[in-house]
Amino acid sequence: MRADRRGVRPRAGGRADRRAARPPEPRRAKGSFGLRRPAGRAARYVLLVAMAVVVAFPIYITVVNALLPSAQIGARPPTLFPTHPQWGSFRIAFDEAHLGIYLRNSTIVTVSITAAQLVTSVLAGYAFAFLRFPLRGVLFMVCLATLMVPVEATILPNYRTIETFGWYDTFPALIVPFVGSGLGIFLFRQAFLGVPRDLHDAATLDGYGHLRFLVRVVLPLNRPVTAAFGIYAFLNAWNQYLWPLVVTQTNSVRTVQIGLRQLSISNFNQIDVVFAGTILGALPIFVLLFVFQKQLVRGLTAGALKG
Amino acid sequence: MGARRRARGAHARRHPRSRTRRQVVAAYLFVLPALVAFGVFVFYPLVKTAYLGFFTTPPAPNLPSHYVGLSQYRSVLSSSDFRDSLWRTVQFVLYTVPAGIVLGIGLAVLANQRLAGIRIFRTIYSSTVATSAAVASVIFFTLLNPQVGLLSYWLGRKGGSGVLQSSSLALPAVSVVTIWQNIGLTFILMSAALQSVPDDLLEAARVDGASSWRRFRSVTIPLLSPMIFFATIVGIIGGFQSFGQIHILTQGGPNNHTLLLIYDIYKQAFQYDNTGYAAVLSVALFAILLLLTFVQFWFFQRRVFYAR
Repeated sequence: MRADRRGVRPRAGGRADRRAARPPEPRRAKGSFGLRRPAGRAARYVLLVAMAVVVAFPIYITVVNALLPSAQIGARPPTLFPTHPQWGSFRIAFDEAHLGIYLRNSTIVTVSITAAQLVTSVLAGYAFAFLRFPLRGVLFMVCLATLMVPVEATILPNYRTIETFGWYDTFPALIVPFVGSGLGIFLFRQAFLGVPRDLHDAATLDGYGHLRFLVRVVLPLNRPVTAAFGIYAFLNAWNQYLWPLVVTQTNSVRTVQIGLRQLSISNFNQIDVVFAGTILGALPIFVLLFVFQKQLVRGLTAGALKG
Repeated sequence: MGARRRARGAHARRHPRSRTRRQVVAAYLFVLPALVAFGVFVFYPLVKTAYLGFFTTPPAPNLPSHYVGLSQYRSVLSSSDFRDSLWRTVQFVLYTVPAGIVLGIGLAVLANQRLAGIRIFRTIYSSTVATSAAVASVIFFTLLNPQVGLLSYWLGRKGGSGVLQSSSLALPAVSVVTIWQNIGLTFILMSAALQSVPDDLLEAARVDGASSWRRFRSVTIPLLSPMIFFATIVGIIGGFQSFGQIHILTQGGPNNHTLLLIYDIYKQAFQYDNTGYAAVLSVALFAILLLLTFVQFWFFQRRVFYAR
């Protein structure tokens, strides 16, 4: 019913709207727009397609160029469609340009950071939501305060710390500084506050310890926020640039983001390989976007609160 | 001990002292991992950065650094180099944030129609959320290459000096790349906000004879304003932290024309080993971002109260 009404509603063109706004016009009188609607709809599609071309063109041309032989990329007028796609550039990018290793490294680092942030944030969030202990308020504010400290303000001493620990150019250097998340603690605390206290009392009577209650009851009730924060943390960790640039040196630990830059400088005579490598580097997140669209949106909107 | 427990047993439920103590121990164990990480990698280095700003870096590596107190802060923050990089950063923010938000709203409105196949367009518009700064920059770095770049060819710059090598066009070019890379995120944020605009309100405005532009301006935009504000602050903060695109596209060049504050910190700290100078810049950046975050928190709090 509602959908029907919306279907007839004119959306573009002031004149049609004003006419429609006159009360005597019956809502379901489809005929009254019979002439205007196809034209308006076409215009809307033209606009939609034009914007889609603008937004998607860089990605499209990246795919096309990855499939063209190197020599043809420089040809003018440019080839905008690969008639004889060549997939070899992907293999070269994966093996010889080390994208395979970079992807492995990024996966190790990102999964570790995400898992660690989930664990530390869930535990702390639980404590702040369910348990009473001295300094609870102060410590929560301390956690929130970390949201205001950007990586850039701490990078110099952190670099020295990493050197002191002997972690330069190792995975711990990329992972350990990010095992805590103020945003995660905040989000989980807020979510856990919504869990009925009766559940806690009942679980305690059943002899559940805190950890068991957390894992068996609280977490299953809070899957959406867990997924949203997990995706957000994953995306953030995957996209890190400055810190990995500073603390890594060799291919064996270099992440995709830094590796892509390496690729763009070193393989410049093989431009199809650069494009293929870029696709390989972006692919995991594209897949993630399609599989976890809903959680991603929620994670990003939650992340927007952080900045 | 058994006697003590038995003696207390009757009151155990009203005075669960041992349970309370166990709870406190559990609580501290639960918050400890995060707090240790914050202590070592957030708070200690933050203080240390400010402290490093009190020392000038010696001209040769093995000489002792000199304590100069606040004078280094004064000299760096009043230098024209700092003012220039700050101004360029502000320019970069002005180029990227308003344009990005207007585009994001436009796309969100466009994709909020009930048309066949609209989901395809939504997916395309949000697709650049999957491209990191590095991915976007490598794509455009290659497309803008003066010899083989397609965009250079279309811009009529084949062979000659590239856009990224031009002192007047480099910063705008970096801005365009940044806008493109952020479009997906802005679109997703604006779409989420747009979908929460109640249909009844738009319907009421329509019945009152408001044109579609008028409905957009007087109903939709005010209801979007919380998200617009968010996206603005997040965009400004992101602008001050934009590093990857500079590092890949221009390295701060040509002639420092894209040398943003954050890139200057990186150069001073890790290319010139000018630790004291970089520390002062870091503190300045922190202060700016802190101010912006406070504005955001203040607003967030207000919004939470509105929602209740």
